[in-house]
Amino acid sequence: MDYSWDFGPVIARFDMLAIGFLNTIKIAIVSILLGVVVGLVLVLMRLSPRKWLSWPAAIFIEFYRNTPPIVHFFWFFYALPVLLSVSLDPYVAAVLALSTQSGAFYAEVFRGGIVSIERGQWEGARALGMTHAALMRRIIVPQAISRMVPPFIERSFELLKTTALASTLAYADLLYQAMMVNAETFRPLEVYTTIALMYLVLLVTASQLARLAEARLTAYQ
Amino acid sequence: MQKPILEIKGLHKRFGDHHVLRGIDFSVAAGERIAIIGGSGSGKSTFLRCMNFMETLSEGEIWLDGKRIGTERNGQVTYPERQLCAVRERVGMVFQQFNLFPHMTVLQNVMEGLVTVKGMAREQAREIALQELDKVGLSEKVDAWPGRLSGGQQQRVAIARALSMKPEILLFDEPTSSLDPELVGEVLRVINHLAEEGRTMLLVTHELGFAYHFATKVIFLADGVFHEVGTPDEVLKNPRQARTQEFLRRFGEFAF
Ligand SMILES: Nc1ncnc2c1ncn2[C@@H]1O[C@H](COP(=O)(O)OP(=O)(O)O)[C@@H](O)[C@H]1O
Ligand SMILES: [Mg+2]
Repeated sequence: MDYSWDFGPVIARFDMLAIGFLNTIKIAIVSILLGVVVGLVLVLMRLSPRKWLSWPAAIFIEFYRNTPPIVHFFWFFYALPVLLSVSLDPYVAAVLALSTQSGAFYAEVFRGGIVSIERGQWEGARALGMTHAALMRRIIVPQAISRMVPPFIERSFELLKTTALASTLAYADLLYQAMMVNAETFRPLEVYTTIALMYLVLLVTASQLARLAEARLTAYQ
Repeated sequence: MQKPILEIKGLHKRFGDHHVLRGIDFSVAAGERIAIIGGSGSGKSTFLRCMNFMETLSEGEIWLDGKRIGTERNGQVTYPERQLCAVRERVGMVFQQFNLFPHMTVLQNVMEGLVTVKGMAREQAREIALQELDKVGLSEKVDAWPGRLSGGQQQRVAIARALSMKPEILLFDEPTSSLDPELVGEVLRVINHLAEEGRTMLLVTHELGFAYHFATKVIFLADGVFHEVGTPDEVLKNPRQARTQEFLRRFGEFAF
C-alpha cells in the first residue's frame, strides 16, 4: 500500500473535533444523571407490591431491553414531535433517548443489587421495629450500593459509546463533527482514526475514575 | 397465675395449601420462660415468627398486654405497618443466623434500633449499647466488624442488639443451632443470665438439656398443634403422649 498519511488537514480542523469531544462528554454526563433519576423511579415502581405501579415499570424496562437503541433516538426525534406537535432539538431528543434507555438498564442494576441482599438482613431490620422505608435506607440500600457499582459502571460505559448515535440526529457530538471534518478534508482514514483514539482516551480516563470511585464505595468489605 | 402479657387465640398459619399451624391457643405470663421443641419442619419457627408478625396470621388473634394487635374494620382485620413496628419493638427476636448488619460495626449494630427506631440521640444510644455489649461480655469488640467475630460472639452481639430495645418479650429461634459445639456454651450462658433477670422469653431449641434447666414451661409442637405442654419434668422426663415419647427417644440420652 502506498497511502501517504497526512494529519495536517485534520489538525487544522481540530477545533471542530474538540467541540465534538466536549459535547460527547456533556451529553453523556447529563444522560447518566437523568438516567439515574429515571432508574430510581423505575426501580421503586418495579419493587412496589402494587401491581399498577410494578407492571408499567416492568413493561417499560422490557421494551427498552428488547429494542435497538437507534430506534429510541429516531422515536424521540421524529415520532414524539408528532404527538406533541412541537419539534425537538436534536440535543433534547438524544438526551431523552439516552436517559430513558440507561434508566431502564439502571433500574435493573439497582433491582439486582437490592434483591441480592440476603433475607436475613431484611428480617434482622424488621425485627428491630424498622419501617420499610427505614430498613431500605439504613440497611438494604447501603449494602446494595457496593454490589451495584460494577454493573452500574459497565452500563455507563455502554451509554458513553451509545452517545455516538446522537450524530444521526445531527447533534454535534464527536462522531458528527468528524463527519463534518471528513466532508471538508476528504481524509477519512486520518479523521476516523483520530476520533477512535479520542474515544479511547475518554473511556480509559473514565474507567480510571470509575475504579477510584469503586474502591471508595466498596471500602467496608 | 399472673395476668398474661401475650395471648394467642385460634392461631392458624397456611403457606398456600400447606397448613402449618392448626389452631393454637396459648398465653404467656410475665417472667415465664417457654421452650418450644419439635421435629424439623413442624412449624416452630413459624409459630415464633407469628408472635412478632414476621409472618402474617392466616387466622387467629394475638393480644399484647390486653390489647389486640391489628385494626378491625367491618369484620376485616388489617395490620398497619406502624402498629407492627411498635409490636416488634416490644417483642424482640434473635435468629439462628444472627442477621447482624455487616456494614456496621458491633457498636453501630447495637445502636441502630435505638437511633433509627426509637429516635434516640446518638450519645445516649451509644451509652446504652456499650452497657448491653458489656453484659454479653463483648466490651473489647465494640469497634470490630461483625464479619471478624466468631459465631458465638456474633450471636451475643445479636442478643445485645435485641436487648437494647428493652423488649418485654424475647423470642429466640434456635440461637445455637448454627454454632460450632465449643461456642454453644457462651451463648447459653448469656441466655441463662437473662433468665436470672426474670425476663419473659420463648426459645425454640434442640438443646433439650438446656431447655430442661432454663424453661418454666415446655411445649412439644407436632402436627401444627401444641401436642403436649407442661413443666420441664412433665414434658421432658415423664411425657404422657406417645408422640412426645417417640420424639424424645430419637434424641437419645441427653444430660440434665
Ligand atoms: N415462607 C414459607 N413459604 C412456604 N412454606 C414455608 C415457609 N416458611 C416455612 N414453610 C414451611 O412450613 C413448615 C414449617 O416450617 P418451620 O416453621 O420453619 O419449621 P421448624 O422451624 O419447626 O423447622 C415447613 O414445612 C416449611 O417448609
Ligand atoms: Mg426453624
